[in-house]
Amino acid sequence: MIKLIGIFVIAAGFALRFNTLLVVLVAGIITGLVAGMPFNAIMEEFGRLFVVNRYLTLPIVMMLPVVGLLERYGLRERAETLIRSAGSATAGRVLLLYTGVRQISIALGVNVGGHAGAVRPLIAPLAEGAARVRNGTLSKRMVEAIRAHAAAAENVGNFFGEDIFIAVGSILLMKGFFDGLKIEVSSWTMALWGIPTAIAAFVTMGWRAWILDRRIALENETAPAKAKPKAL
Amino acid sequence: MSLFSLNSFYVLAGVFLLATALRVAMDKEHARRWSTALFWGLLGVSFIFGGSVPPSVVGYWVLAMTVLAASGRVAESRERTTSKQQRLESSGRLKDRLFFPALLVPAAAICGSLFLGRIHWHGIRLIDSTNGSVTSVAIGAVLALAAGMRLTRARALVPIGEGSRLLQSIGWALILPQALAALGGLFARAGVGAVVAGLVERALPAHNPFVAVAAYCLGMMAFTICLGNALAAFAVVTGGIGVPLIVHAHGGNPAIMAALGMLSGYCGTLLTPMAANFNIVPVMLLELEDKNAVIRAQLPIAWALFVFNVLLMELCVYRF
Repeated sequence: MIKLIGIFVIAAGFALRFNTLLVVLVAGIITGLVAGMPFNAIMEEFGRLFVVNRYLTLPIVMMLPVVGLLERYGLRERAETLIRSAGSATAGRVLLLYTGVRQISIALGVNVGGHAGAVRPLIAPLAEGAARVRNGTLSKRMVEAIRAHAAAAENVGNFFGEDIFIAVGSILLMKGFFDGLKIEVSSWTMALWGIPTAIAAFVTMGWRAWILDRRIALENETAPAKAKPKAL
Repeated sequence: MSLFSLNSFYVLAGVFLLATALRVAMDKEHARRWSTALFWGLLGVSFIFGGSVPPSVVGYWVLAMTVLAASGRVAESRERTTSKQQRLESSGRLKDRLFFPALLVPAAAICGSLFLGRIHWHGIRLIDSTNGSVTSVAIGAVLALAAGMRLTRARALVPIGEGSRLLQSIGWALILPQALAALGGLFARAGVGAVVAGLVERALPAHNPFVAVAAYCLGMMAFTICLGNALAAFAVVTGGIGVPLIVHAHGGNPAIMAALGMLSGYCGTLLTPMAANFNIVPVMLLELEDKNAVIRAQLPIAWALFVFNVLLMELCVYRF
């Protein structure tokens, strides 16, 4: 039971809004100490795993200079111009389309997208642009909501598409787990049973996208004082 | 052996992090310039030399970075960027060519997964096949930067400055995913998983086959919320609840159980700040005020899909 202290530290730390990094490190140190590891060994394990997991941070760091450069020269503004020429585009439809593309491509084993690679430079500006075409101006709250849904579209598309591809980490892990227990399981069957949820995820994202569009339209109606379209 | 190993990109990223540290250190108007520069400097050094210094040294660096971040000593500097007016002008001038560099990244991902991983001469691979998708993104980013520089004819320091502006707007949250992954490893070594699985097993009357399914899915989700990683939850919850109760006691189909169990875990990933690279880093990257904005947007999706997974497993796991 005492081993769970790390989870309680995390829960309490998040609830009390302490610095997340500090909470994580303290939880790790306490868990290690409770398990009888000397402090130095805990630091060693932390350092080893920190280095092994650099690949989690690498794509973001590599993308920032190029995203910053393109944004400096008006990438986001151009995305808004582009979406204006697509008359039927709405924020919700842009996001749903992205989720679909993300699901299909990752189900085929191709990892296009990402928060730094696609959402920040392209998808969020396209969705915001589509909403601006209809509303003229957007409230700060609405911009936040659209961006948060853009991140959600990326996560949903990523998570609920990858399990259909048999060479993905999670399927390999499940296969390895059952092999260890000598239970006969086919990777293909597991991948196949990921399809219904993938479809459900797309439909659910469609529902949220529809609600987002309704909220945007509602804001347009209730704020008639603001400039109508054509303005930025 | 591989020609473009992940390590060469760690060095490249580390150099950029050190350049950010240098820019901060030279910024006389920055109130916290030395501590902020130290933070980015340590991160840069851990990227470049992480593989060759003793792990415990890196551990103490992480400790130092955490103390700097927690005491509010890592702050943004004011990097200047273009005005809205200037951006509109240059976007009008460059038009859709601006998209070309940005689209090189997904293009590289497609090429990477289709071809690059298979190219090799005399045992030397072109790219690391184990981390193919990360390497492809890194290659794509370098190509995109080259194309972007050609297109905009910007000075060489411009992408460094713009990149470090974005880097500083993410701030210390950038290393949260790595720290959380390390925490997950420590939890695993301390045997936290087995304890939680035991608790779930005792708390729920899982002897009814349908309750067992619900307990398994709920266990996957709750465990993923605690650890931030469905893969870490899988072995523990499936070993503790899934295999003994659903497969052995009630004769359920292990493939259906595992597939839908893992997806129930993913519903947990949508809900937890512990999955920082999916739920917290984007908040910083998209400059949102509410730290939980992404989780909030995902909340209805996660619960709807969780219910769907449980119902589908109830209907199918004992029939096929």
